[in-house]
Amino acid sequence: MKYLDEYRDPKVAKSLVDRIHKSAFRIAQNQDGPVKIMEICGSHTVAIFRAGIKALLPDNVVLVSGPGCPVCVTAMEDMDRMIALSDSSRGNDVIVATFGDMIRVPGTKTSLEREKARGADVRIATTPLDALNWALENPQKQVVFLGVGFETTSPTIGASVLRAREAGFDNFFVYPAFKLLPPALTSLLESPDFAIDGFLCPGHVSVMLGADAYKPVAEKYGKPCVITGFEPLDILLGISVLCEQLANNTHEVKNAYGRAVTDLGNRKAMSVLHEVFQPADAPWRGLGIIPASGLAFRAKFSEFDAMKRFGLEEVKTGSEPRGCACGQVLRGVIDPVECPLFGNECTPESPVGSCMVSSEGSCAAWYRYS
Amino acid sequence: MIEERILLSHGAGGKKSSELTERIFLKYFSDPALLDLNDMAVLELPAGRVSMSTDTYVVDPIFFPGGDIGSLAVHGTVNDVAMAGAVPVAISVAFILEEGLPLIDLERIAGSMALAAAEAGVRIVTADTKVVPRGAADKVFINTTGIGIIPDGINVSGACARIGDRILLSGTIGDHGIAIASARDGIAFKTTVKSDSAPLNWMISELITTLGKDIHVLRDPTRGGLATVLCEIASQSSVGVKIEETAIPVKEAVKGACELLGYDPLYLANEGKLVGVTAPEASGRALEIMKGSKYGQDACIIGEITGDNRQKVILKTAMGGSRLVDKLSGEMLPRIC
Repeated sequence: MKYLDEYRDPKVAKSLVDRIHKSAFRIAQNQDGPVKIMEICGSHTVAIFRAGIKALLPDNVVLVSGPGCPVCVTAMEDMDRMIALSDSSRGNDVIVATFGDMIRVPGTKTSLEREKARGADVRIATTPLDALNWALENPQKQVVFLGVGFETTSPTIGASVLRAREAGFDNFFVYPAFKLLPPALTSLLESPDFAIDGFLCPGHVSVMLGADAYKPVAEKYGKPCVITGFEPLDILLGISVLCEQLANNTHEVKNAYGRAVTDLGNRKAMSVLHEVFQPADAPWRGLGIIPASGLAFRAKFSEFDAMKRFGLEEVKTGSEPRGCACGQVLRGVIDPVECPLFGNECTPESPVGSCMVSSEGSCAAWYRYS
Repeated sequence: MIEERILLSHGAGGKKSSELTERIFLKYFSDPALLDLNDMAVLELPAGRVSMSTDTYVVDPIFFPGGDIGSLAVHGTVNDVAMAGAVPVAISVAFILEEGLPLIDLERIAGSMALAAAEAGVRIVTADTKVVPRGAADKVFINTTGIGIIPDGINVSGACARIGDRILLSGTIGDHGIAIASARDGIAFKTTVKSDSAPLNWMISELITTLGKDIHVLRDPTRGGLATVLCEIASQSSVGVKIEETAIPVKEAVKGACELLGYDPLYLANEGKLVGVTAPEASGRALEIMKGSKYGQDACIIGEITGDNRQKVILKTAMGGSRLVDKLSGEMLPRIC
């Protein structure tokens, strides 16, 4: 298929796998034990499992999943607040609009899926524009879009806020639970138990951020970064370029997704993002509060802030489930199978932790594909 | 002109009910057993074991590219009955109608069912209608129950796969799932993909007549898709299933839609495809029969039954790696990014 099969050619794959093995041989001569490469993005995790890429790699090249699934890193307190929006006992006539995977994520007591089954108006949107349409069609209701995602999705949500203001909507709101990638990477790199040798950087986020955004990681922390697309050959190319750097003991930002990513990224989208939102400290599931790693509404757009409009700071929230090791999984400290709940109490049918909920979560991917 | 719609009185059993039956159902369902208007059908069946299946259809939207809820309800049950190697004979139909359903939509559905039944060569022999208040159902739900006769000596079941058997697929996967998604509120997108909804009983009859005991398993990969059916065969027969990604046909438009939505075609629903497991020496002939049918032109061999990895399905990927294929868990949802 045009623009799809070209990136799945087994012959090209074989030549890339050969290159990875050659680099791995050189790496083995310089160091004992494997090199660990973190794929930050959940879409990469799933693509790696679906294409069976782990089985093609040499033993001393290990892929580790990172905190790049926006559903997985949504903190319990955000989850409880978003679920509270759907609670009819609060006296609100609210339509909760959300990307699909969020509806299954458990809060401390319930989930959006369960509240929907109890009668809450929870709707799955594929874009924030769906939510804007629902606000237009239901003037007597208040529509809240759950703002979950990295730099990939947050600019479109910022654009929907601009459009809502332009059209004079007074019944459209956003719950801001966004995450920013660079501060999270910095936080990981500075945590004492973090032992990753290089990063496969997410293609989608990098389209927006630009390749230059990873320069501090490469220069200050000495970790090679390779921006990678999502087709099997993209990922093999990314691993190959990363392994060459590890074999040569270099640490630069390389762009292996040049057909989509530029050095400076999508300035227009990022300016929309920064027009509506500003960086704010944010809670991450399993990682705690990371400074300036989330987004809050700027004062001039505060009337769209669901947190303020619905008084959600008051919502009582509990702690993460006992025994859940999502935090360690998200930091790449343990593999999902090392979590005591994995495959027993925690399965895709009955998830305890968020990493098992999202189709792009690392636990769900391990459970389904290996 | 005021659009005529289903009223609660259409389900009350009185004059309005009779009017609906005469105006729509008897116009399209004209089997003598049904025209008797008794509460049951009396049938004379040939000797043999009976295959029986029931299913309820609640598809949204009720009209979609390539079909509608009516033809789907006939095809689905005909295929389920036939997957035992049976020749479908008769089906019953029960409608649950939501108050307010336009009569013109019901007529279109009834007409479509009559055509589907005629193509499959099955009789619609008894029917029922209920009307529920607006909001208590979504436009129309249809239950169909079918019976068919299994020829002597045929034993086709998910538990009958043997090591060395070949796995055949009658055509491209995911067409129905993508056609429905493309027409569904909230996801709607433009595509050329049409549902593959179709009766497979003639193809199955020919397979059974020609190959007899060499056909070990027949399954239709409907909800849960090809992956789920293969997992069920692996589990029921306690064997390993090994399939090749490059051998599984997927239409380009389906591949593209899957990339867009984050779906895996292995898990998408199909309504006009079958998975057949045959003795290795019969696989070539089975493939010819499938390809000879208008519903099996893209048929191919996608893998084999093994003694390794029992109760598991292993996919050899196009990249040369391999991975586990598990059953679908939950509902497939569009990805976040």
